Amino acid sequence: MWQVTEEDLLSISIGAGILGTGGGGNPYIGMLRARETIRQYGPVTVLSADDLQDTDKIVCVGGIGAPTVGIEKVRGKQSYDALVALENHLNVKATALISNEIGGSNSLEPLIPAAISGLPVVDADGMGRAFPEFQMKTFFVYGVPYAPMAIADEKGNVAIIPKAITSKWVERIARSITIQMGSVACYALAPMTATQVRDTAVKDSLTLSKKLGESVRNANKTKSDPINAMLKVNPGKVLYEGKISGLQRKTTQGFARGEVTVDGSGDFAGTVMTIEFQNENLIARIENEVVCVVPDLISIVDSERGEPITTELLRYGFRITVIGFPSPDLWTTKEGLQVVGPSCFGYEVDYTPLVLT
Amino acid sequence: MRIGIDVGGTNTDSVLIDGTQIVRKSKTTTTEDITNGVKNSLHAILPSEEKNLGVDAVMIGTTHFTNALLQKNGLATTAALRLCLPATQMLPPMVDWPKEMKESIKGYTYLVDGGFEFDGREISTIDKGQIRRAADDMANKGVEAISISGIFSSVDPTQEQIAAQIIQEETPHIKISMSHEIGRVGVLERENATILNACLSTTSDSVVGAFKKAVEELNLGSALFLTQNDGTLMDADFATKYPVYSISSGPTNSMRGAAFLTGIQNAIVADVGGTSTDVGILRNGFPRESSIAVEIGGIRTNFRMPDVLSIALGGGSVVNTSPITIGPESVGLQLTQQSLLFGGSIRTATDMAAAAGLVNIGNKTLLSEISEEDIKSSLNMMNVMTEDVIDRLKFNADDIPVILVGGGHFLIGDDLAGASEVLRPENGEIANAIGAAIAQVGGQSESVYSLAEISREEALSAATEEAKKRAISAGANPKTVMVVDVEEIPLTYLPSNAIRIRVKVVGDIPEIS
Repeated sequence: MWQVTEEDLLSISIGAGILGTGGGGNPYIGMLRARETIRQYGPVTVLSADDLQDTDKIVCVGGIGAPTVGIEKVRGKQSYDALVALENHLNVKATALISNEIGGSNSLEPLIPAAISGLPVVDADGMGRAFPEFQMKTFFVYGVPYAPMAIADEKGNVAIIPKAITSKWVERIARSITIQMGSVACYALAPMTATQVRDTAVKDSLTLSKKLGESVRNANKTKSDPINAMLKVNPGKVLYEGKISGLQRKTTQGFARGEVTVDGSGDFAGTVMTIEFQNENLIARIENEVVCVVPDLISIVDSERGEPITTELLRYGFRITVIGFPSPDLWTTKEGLQVVGPSCFGYEVDYTPLVLT
Repeated sequence: MRIGIDVGGTNTDSVLIDGTQIVRKSKTTTTEDITNGVKNSLHAILPSEEKNLGVDAVMIGTTHFTNALLQKNGLATTAALRLCLPATQMLPPMVDWPKEMKESIKGYTYLVDGGFEFDGREISTIDKGQIRRAADDMANKGVEAISISGIFSSVDPTQEQIAAQIIQEETPHIKISMSHEIGRVGVLERENATILNACLSTTSDSVVGAFKKAVEELNLGSALFLTQNDGTLMDADFATKYPVYSISSGPTNSMRGAAFLTGIQNAIVADVGGTSTDVGILRNGFPRESSIAVEIGGIRTNFRMPDVLSIALGGGSVVNTSPITIGPESVGLQLTQQSLLFGGSIRTATDMAAAAGLVNIGNKTLLSEISEEDIKSSLNMMNVMTEDVIDRLKFNADDIPVILVGGGHFLIGDDLAGASEVLRPENGEIANAIGAAIAQVGGQSESVYSLAEISREEALSAATEEAKKRAISAGANPKTVMVVDVEEIPLTYLPSNAIRIRVKVVGDIPEIS
């Protein structure tokens, strides 16, 4: 059990950026919102999934909408409103909150309703990274109900989706509602039991993002190597080092797709890496040979400072280090790969787990 | 004929040009008294017998406003009014400002009804009574300037305009800045830029007034323009209202001047000064603008700042040996007292360049202690520092021309990786004043359009009209206004096809009647 301080918010933002593998949005606004809420209502307690009681009811909250709208019509306490609406609809009280996605800005979302309501946040999430679509959560793969769902906007409107036939349908309906609400909203999902969280969530991920961020910040303070520091916290593999030499982008069907080309340096001199992304980095190849593929994590960080670079900020000339982290085990099963395996993003390659040597 | 003046922190550079010919140039020391400083510059390049030659316009680039912000000097008591409720109240205006900066402008905040969705629907209707009450409260608190920002005002500016009208009626003396005229999508950063503009609005009265007075007292009959940070001009009245546009216009003017002097429109420009080197990239003759938030005095903003990287390399940079390090310490203006070349005791970058015979100043016999190897390694390091920043700015892997301007250009060699050629134009030491003298009047618009109701062509034409309107209000001759840059960005997670369009136009200064 630990308490989230203002300093921690900065570390979590960096760590969540690394785990966001290029997606998940800019955590700056989320960091400010969490900071202001904690200043007003007091600190938030983080609970290990192992400390949950059998009677606990854990509600997953998150943001939904367009990132460009989210930096203009910045969110407020909508996830708290969604939580209250869900509690009233079901006539139950939540006893803890959990993040839907540790990568990017959603990592901090539960801290806001938690500070307001005084509830703790569970040290776990439903992705262990970032993914572009709502249904891509470990919870749903392993049978946690995705309805009812409550969605709230900043004006006081609330919608409840009492039932949907698949998690993909929840995504479709929720997205239509969100657009009517002005393209930013927050949601709360049917409560989970302690057993469901222990069995289906990616555990200790808030602690991991905090430690990753701390390792990078400390390395920068002491002028030591941030890449080594983060690999000590979260075992992974340096896939590549080099300089961005090419970048192609297009927005199709609402997603930011593209490909970045990297010219190798050091051990990788004389070779070329390409990384394809669809909001998140999905597949990395050296000289056309796949070296890491979704759901394993492909994180692009600044070689010198170790700070994560989201796909929208990639630019020619950046010196980057590409790090592969093994996917959470929950994604590498047959059921998991059916939802987030390479074929779900249009890649006709088999998933071969990243080997750390 | 035109006159360009660049008022820097230490030096004021000026140039008189006739068409594309440089007639006369000068460098003077910047003075406390703004009017006299400008008059001195004008006298230096315009001997009294030539005053009637017909100077069409005087263009001034100035660091006054940047310095006022950094030194928190003479800033107006400022309020921020946001049209937003019930949205965005968790993050009120100035939420992430350094405390001393907020205190230096008092920083009163008012959140009221209003704001738009991205598709143009109202979040809530504005309440005129609320705005009047806020205005009364501001009057009681002695507020001198106000920033008005509405959610998605770049989609629909009418609420900001109505609010401005009400404030104007209630408190005619308060100076008003509206966010849709200043920044981009991203309310906190746009609002920050608008508040910075507002808090400079009393200083802008006196600074632009002093410039005007200088030009008037010489009876030149010329129009007065200030340079903007996107490489274009604004007339004196426009500049009084939008001082924030002048921030970072110095590096921009250098880049534009470098393009003019070499005739090259796509290049890297490095302006090598005494303490630092500013490096930027020209695309079609204009500096590339930063696409990410740019901090000014610790405040995040998102208006059109040039994408400039600075490195601590200049003529006065201190050089240590074994191992070789260069900067960030610099003797700066004391170069001619403290460097070895001039009998001082501090080894500077200029000493190394002189020892290698790259520049012929000072007394070279004082450099005999410096080893050949140290000379070679330190010059090599200066090149590597420059190559690194050039590479960070490039669009792609292709080699690109590099133009070196500024007094310290000799520090950097001709053999630069990534450079297709290295140019050192004549008169490069006053590239900034030349950039001011040759500029055209500009206007920009940026807005989000939902393509559910209008076509892409209609959206483009609306954005272009808005940019033209702004250029004309900044003093452009309407007959000459033309589009120089259009950027379209589709937005993610919005299936209804929303796009953000940015248009930049320029036009000539009006003909003298």
